[in-house]
Amino acid sequence: MNETLDKSNLNFRERVSEFVAGFGLPRLIIAAFLLLLFIAAPFVGADFWTQISNTINRFSWNAVMVLAMVPMIHSGCGLNFGLPLGIISGLLGATLSIELGFTGPMSFVMAIVIATPFAVILGAGYGWLLNKIKGGEMMIATYVGFSSVSFMCMMWLLLPYKSPTMVWGLAGKGLRTTISLEGFYDKVLAKILQIHIGNLSIPTGTLLFFALLAFGMWAFLHSKTGTAMTAVGSNPTFARAAGVNVDKMRLLSVILSTWLAAIGILVYEQGFGFVQLYMAPFYMALPAVSAILIGGATVNKATIPNVIIGTFLFQGIVTMTPTVMNSMIHMDMSEVIRVVVSQGMILYALTRKTEATK
Amino acid sequence: MKNNGNGKKVLNFLGNNSVPILFILICIVCIPVSGFSPSYLINEIVTRMGRNIFLILCLLIPIMAGMGLNFGMTLGAMAAELALILVSDWQIWGIPGVVLAMILSIPFSILLGALCGKILNMAKGREMITSYIISFFMNGVYQLIVLYMMGPIIPIKHTTVKLPRGYGIRNSVDLFHMRQCLDNLMAVRIGGVKVPVLTFLLIGLLCLFIIWFRKTKLGQDMRAVGQDMDVARDAGINVERTRIISIVMSTVLAGFGMVIYLQNMGNIATYSSHSQIGMFCIAALLVGGASVDKASIGNVFLGVILFHTMFIVAPKAGAIITGDSMIGEYFRVFVSYAVITIALIMYETKKRKARSRAGQQLQLAQQEEEAAANE
Repeated sequence: MNETLDKSNLNFRERVSEFVAGFGLPRLIIAAFLLLLFIAAPFVGADFWTQISNTINRFSWNAVMVLAMVPMIHSGCGLNFGLPLGIISGLLGATLSIELGFTGPMSFVMAIVIATPFAVILGAGYGWLLNKIKGGEMMIATYVGFSSVSFMCMMWLLLPYKSPTMVWGLAGKGLRTTISLEGFYDKVLAKILQIHIGNLSIPTGTLLFFALLAFGMWAFLHSKTGTAMTAVGSNPTFARAAGVNVDKMRLLSVILSTWLAAIGILVYEQGFGFVQLYMAPFYMALPAVSAILIGGATVNKATIPNVIIGTFLFQGIVTMTPTVMNSMIHMDMSEVIRVVVSQGMILYALTRKTEATK
Repeated sequence: MKNNGNGKKVLNFLGNNSVPILFILICIVCIPVSGFSPSYLINEIVTRMGRNIFLILCLLIPIMAGMGLNFGMTLGAMAAELALILVSDWQIWGIPGVVLAMILSIPFSILLGALCGKILNMAKGREMITSYIISFFMNGVYQLIVLYMMGPIIPIKHTTVKLPRGYGIRNSVDLFHMRQCLDNLMAVRIGGVKVPVLTFLLIGLLCLFIIWFRKTKLGQDMRAVGQDMDVARDAGINVERTRIISIVMSTVLAGFGMVIYLQNMGNIATYSSHSQIGMFCIAALLVGGASVDKASIGNVFLGVILFHTMFIVAPKAGAIITGDSMIGEYFRVFVSYAVITIALIMYETKKRKARSRAGQQLQLAQQEEEAAANE
């Protein structure tokens, strides 16, 4: 009698530890922390449904940029710290679309259309570079992102933009640091089929747009090309033996990632309502990287559920901590918590022994 | 034939030193355009040499141990800032304050450096990106300590340091009574140029230390680890320990360097002084012709002179050429990042070439062996 009890007890404990090992301890802590925040929210006077809608809103802004991480992880290029390069293509699309006089929903469509060739060209160059330096991708990606952002800082001033909504009023040239999207594509996706129930509001259109892209990515990864890409990531030698052109696959994944980053920033802008130029894209790669890692991805393995769970957890913490912590201990520690959680997660992923082969 | 060889030599020289040569060209173009007087320029450069060289020298030790550019030197800078905040709250000024801050920074640096080294040992082969992320992570922890713990947990008395709300440190801590005390103590004026002799003496001492250290057992071990970890391990060197020591040394030296840097600046920007320091130091070192796996003291000096000349003249020259002062401002930031990017790319391509060459040699040897066996 006693023995069986012990056994089942042991089994349970084993199962728990197995679950923890599979899910990853840091992920579990973060999920528990977020759950705690949600439970605590009503007690400290924050409205539960407003919090939920804020989280969903921010999820819809950021999800596409996190999705952009997936192709490069699959092809073995590691975490795309060079996300700012794609963001710059998106910004070029956004500003040119406004400059050419498009307004309303059309400006969003045109921004995507214009951003695409930039993303393909920049992504191709970036992918070519990453093929030259296999094994050292992440550090160089970071600095490619930084150099391109600082290079564009000069370009935003020098390019001959004329539209009065975008340039500095006095000088008549040089783009402003933030450009309002009112009258252009502010909330253009979010407004489609938007649901309002009391304090809860859901930007259905943005979520659908993300679902469309995520489904496209899922379908692509299960196509012949997608499978070949995954093979390149998991074992390049085997892939080469099977007749897959490794460099071409990697190049394709980088272009795809760059393009998704360009779309991602446009989706972010339509939710946020502003285009942010100059140094704004500088650190945008880090939240996206840590979001997908929180979702359970590793340096060489990522799935669509990782993207969804990760973005929700990360954005949940980002939105919940300021309100809940503020009213609980009267200190705004959200920034510190955000930095420690996100960078800690990246560090954890980089130091896992199983992945540190290469 | 001989001429051809010479031509090749010249090309090789140009290829190996392309970054410094490019910078010399930039400086040659920008200096006359900016219109600064030579005495002003020399004065500025000498000041900046005193301010920065010590910090940059600390990067040499991890490069020796094959751990690449130590982006984690920011940790040492944070340790120094913690020490300086405490010292200025205790109101110990002048040289004693500087010395005390240096001594006080040592335990912080050792702690942070050991932690950093431990983590880097878990991420072999990707040290640089990891040390880079560590600096971000530790910045979060630093903010936690300085913004929330200083006051309630770590006693801070003076309102000149503390925020009005009762805890946390002000955005900027004034080091007025410490300002340039090290630089002024034995300063010599040579034709209108102020030379901070004592600071340069300290730098000279560190250079001598590094030269001596290379010859010690530990220094030799580090170089062996940097060459090939497996071979070093077979030779009986404790690889992990050696790597941790190299990072700890670098962090402690970075702490000293940051104290020197801040006493020259005269105030601490509590939340931002350390964040850019790693990037600028690394860029300066690379401008001097160093690479990720090889750097000398000469690279440091040349790099500081070239990089900071560019840094001084670029905004002014940019303003005159384009009519917009921000262009030059952005240009120098861009150049710093671009230099690091190019250096990293060159290092990785070189590594790959060496690897494929080794592979070819192995293949050739195998073929020969097979041929011999067939005969």
